[in-house]
Amino acid sequence: MKKYKLNGYLVAGIILTGIIILWIIAGRFYTPYNPTKMSSAKLQGPSLAHLFGTDKFGRDIFSRVMQGSGTTLVIAVLTILIGSVCGTIVGAMTGYFGGMLDEVLMRINDALTAFPSILLALVIISILGPGKQNVIIALGIVFIPSYARVTRTAFASQREVNYITSARLMGASSSRILLVHMLPNTLHVLLPAMTIGFNNAVLAEASMSFLGIGVTPPDVSMGYMLSEAQGMFKSAPWYALSVGMVIALLVFGVGLIGEGLQRRNKEVD
Amino acid sequence: MKKRILAGILAVSLVGALFTGCGKGASQSGSSSSAAPAEGTEQTADGAGQAASETVEQTARAKANEVVIGIAQDLDQSLDPHYTVAAGTKEVMFNVFEGLVKYDSNGDTIPAVASDVAISDDGLVYTFTLRDGVKFHNGDTVDLDDVIYSVTRCKEDPNVNPQTSKGLACIASLEKDGDNKLVMTLSEPNTELMSLLTLAILPADYDKQDTAPVGTGPYKFISRTAQESVELEKFGDYWGTPGNIDKVTYKINESAEGLIMGLQSGALDLVSHLTITQTQELGTDDFNIEQGSMNLVQALYLNNARAPFDNELVRQAICYAVDRQGVLDMAFDGLGFPIGSNVFPAFTKYFDESLTDYYDHNPDKAKELLTQAGYPDGFDLVITVPANYQPHCDTGEVIAEQLKEVGINATLDKVEWNTWLEKTYSGRDFQATVIGLTADPLTARSLLERFTSTANNNFINYNNADYDALFEQAVKCYDDQEQVKIYKEMEKNLTEHAANVYIQDMADLIAVRKGLTGLTFYPLYVLDVSTLKWQ
Amino acid sequence: MKFAVRRITALLITMIMVSFLAFAAFHMISGDPAQAILGTNATPERLELMRQQLGLDKPFLVQYFSWLTGFFSGNLGISYSYRQPVASLIMPKLKVTLLMVMISFVIIVVCSLPLGLRSAQKASGRFDWVRTTIGQLCMAVPAFFLSILVSYLFGIVLKWFTPGDFPKIDRNFAGAVRYLFFAAVCIAIPRIAMTVRMLRSTIIQEMEKDYVRTAISRGNDRSEVLRKHVLKNSLVPTITFLGQTMAEIVGGSIVVEQVFGIPGMGRFLVASISNRDYPVVEALVVILAFWVILSGTVADLIGQKIDPRLRLGGRA
Repeated sequence: MKKYKLNGYLVAGIILTGIIILWIIAGRFYTPYNPTKMSSAKLQGPSLAHLFGTDKFGRDIFSRVMQGSGTTLVIAVLTILIGSVCGTIVGAMTGYFGGMLDEVLMRINDALTAFPSILLALVIISILGPGKQNVIIALGIVFIPSYARVTRTAFASQREVNYITSARLMGASSSRILLVHMLPNTLHVLLPAMTIGFNNAVLAEASMSFLGIGVTPPDVSMGYMLSEAQGMFKSAPWYALSVGMVIALLVFGVGLIGEGLQRRNKEVD
Repeated sequence: MKKRILAGILAVSLVGALFTGCGKGASQSGSSSSAAPAEGTEQTADGAGQAASETVEQTARAKANEVVIGIAQDLDQSLDPHYTVAAGTKEVMFNVFEGLVKYDSNGDTIPAVASDVAISDDGLVYTFTLRDGVKFHNGDTVDLDDVIYSVTRCKEDPNVNPQTSKGLACIASLEKDGDNKLVMTLSEPNTELMSLLTLAILPADYDKQDTAPVGTGPYKFISRTAQESVELEKFGDYWGTPGNIDKVTYKINESAEGLIMGLQSGALDLVSHLTITQTQELGTDDFNIEQGSMNLVQALYLNNARAPFDNELVRQAICYAVDRQGVLDMAFDGLGFPIGSNVFPAFTKYFDESLTDYYDHNPDKAKELLTQAGYPDGFDLVITVPANYQPHCDTGEVIAEQLKEVGINATLDKVEWNTWLEKTYSGRDFQATVIGLTADPLTARSLLERFTSTANNNFINYNNADYDALFEQAVKCYDDQEQVKIYKEMEKNLTEHAANVYIQDMADLIAVRKGLTGLTFYPLYVLDVSTLKWQ
Repeated sequence: MKFAVRRITALLITMIMVSFLAFAAFHMISGDPAQAILGTNATPERLELMRQQLGLDKPFLVQYFSWLTGFFSGNLGISYSYRQPVASLIMPKLKVTLLMVMISFVIIVVCSLPLGLRSAQKASGRFDWVRTTIGQLCMAVPAFFLSILVSYLFGIVLKWFTPGDFPKIDRNFAGAVRYLFFAAVCIAIPRIAMTVRMLRSTIIQEMEKDYVRTAISRGNDRSEVLRKHVLKNSLVPTITFLGQTMAEIVGGSIVVEQVFGIPGMGRFLVASISNRDYPVVEALVVILAFWVILSGTVADLIGQKIDPRLRLGGRA
């Protein structure tokens, strides 16, 4: 009974996120209208024909959001992949081997975390220039330190555990110990960190595109649309509201999953 | 990328050059610059109706006799008027500086710092009489040394736009005649000289023009805060009709939304260069929407030196593929004046209406030409647009969509204004770009010389021997009518060889808070604040 | 005391690393500053002269140290775009941003402490899921989206402040605070939710510790135990967390300022990045990083005052 209650977040989160992701994936193959097709039906309110209304070029906002959230999703997923893979490697190295390497890398890590993440991303973008790939690279780099920190602790705490010591005594190689014995045991911290990272990535991408230093047209992203919608808030409030709502729902769903994971961890402890 | 901004039109105004002119003696008002103002220049759009009968509650600012104007871009790095490049800066500083002569609202030159000018019959000797007691904002009286300094500086300083210095090169000597007469002798006649002499008169031996400019205009510069604001104040000792408003603040907001929100919240009283969508957002309860024309040539400028636009067939194909009226309807709600070559309609003397429909919207023809040129499946195209100018971005977005129809896969690259100036305009590193070019000074030459193969501002790399030859002819021609004919030939040349995809002279929509009156339109890219007034 | 010394040394080392990273990064990307300053008027001779004036002909490390000493003596270089000292350009904007960050921080502290406490107390209650869900929702709404709603509702509709008309701090401090308050709330809301969540789980963890159970089972008053021991012990991680929060508030302010039209460093930073005005970007990045590092250190020092055990534990 108690277990079920604790996993309520997980279940609700997975259902909500699942629905949104299915909707977004569907948007890759089918949208009610061509998202870039302009028409004379400009700035119309929500109706059965246009669920979220139309924008200043008469384009269907529902279709655009379907597609735009796809861009956002791809960026977020790739970002956490880069961040978590690189971060875990750094965390494993420093946590397992310790010593000088640990000192140096963690100092650099400290220095990097001193930059607010969006600021660091902006700086990297100013080097690379805007665009989808560069946003992914920038955010990926920005998120490495946080994963490194989380996994370092997890790896370090296992270093002197009995079964690891015995594995080492039995002559297992370091890479085998790290991959086979230790990595699975870090998943419980890595997964919640990834859900948080996912949300940070979605919000960071949206912020950057909103500032105009992120995704560039014709790639449509949520932040870009929201910045456009801001100027029409009075005449077309549905535009900003629908875009904002989809971002919020996506982040909310994944946030619930993270909450569920964390509570389950506690239960297992 | 950046979706900031809005509104404006661009402006790379290049001071056109002229070292010799056509026509003989110029009248005092400079005949060649007497472009008629655009028809329908001063009308109220949208049936907004003038709020004449409405009693408008006076805002605190109206009581204090102040105005806050929103602008979409920060001013040039240097405020020195002789070094200014961006039209957006000139638009503001128009109120601070004056030349020996200045433009009136018809685009004619009228006396300013000089009270009178006499021109010899052969057009070679100009005698200016200095107006009595004209003061600089720092309190000093303008004397002949200041005038000579200013003219000489524009002629010789290497930092001044070469177009200007080239134009002034015809001045052989500047001599004082008594205390208040200046004798300017030319090596050859130049009918466009008057337009050039609108150059700002600055105090000699003052070295802070770039940060604390001093001029003779109706408003004096008070302060500037980077990325935030510029403050002007009424100049009490102005020689002419003084301004009505005591203090004018320009607030910089490189975001379209910010400007609109500022108007709605009451933070701003006036914003120019809006899009139709934005004016609709504002509604008509608190604002009058004034409509004029921008007096510029908006086009999809093509880099003629870069594939595939080095192929004339491709350029023509793209002209057929773009639906000009579609652009106007989609992005501007039909407002704007379609054009077919490099002159805007308000410049009636040189405007050739027949060129407007030279290319009709004909996707089939476009495909045919593309096939002929070896691009049966189209190609990838990057259209660079300055992100701070919403109308250009919108135009680019609509064109990109239209080009899909003929198989051209166009994407937008929204760049910062500075990046645009540096890379696209100066560096000529682009495929195609949407921008509006202004005429400054107001001469056909300043509009057309730029496409001669050797012009330093020929950023599209247009290279056509006939065109160059025609220009040589035009420059040497002293008969006004004949010269107009040659200039029109040049326009036709641009159209026939599809130098660029000409779109329109844009409608200039200006939101003015009710109660604020006196907005005057110029056939120039300026905003005259001295005529503004709270009711 | 030893702890403080060690912490401050670490602070200085981190600061130097941060500034070195930033300087090296901008040194690599900014191309030729002389070219940037001279623009299209550059000639080889003028470029050479300008490079000498700027000290660009010196070795990299020498440039770094002269920049660093300049930095600490208030000389942040000359802006490419405005040809004015960077310090005089950014100081007024920095003041605005830091004021907003402080207001936001105060809001977070004032709201999240009682909420977190209550949330922990009621953790096993029937409505726990409601609180958790609301918290997750607050975290899910992007701050700039919230800003659009708030500035429209309170600015345009209710007219409680005038968007786009930010009063000068020196002339009208109360007005400025009032304006900033709305923006600060938008930054604070997601952070409050996070802090509450963090506080809740820390307190619950603490409550489950043996000493607490023992104390309660011995018959000590439950709320007294909570107040005297649990709270005190939960305070330290909370303070550390709040110190880290500072980084995110500063980051959040960049976007929110843009929406509210606040003339802080956020807008200026974005514009400077776009204009590739690297001296300005460099100065802002380093100052903000310093601010963040400093808040982290202050948090640690306060934490160690409250809980002296930390002195033994080295870095938090």
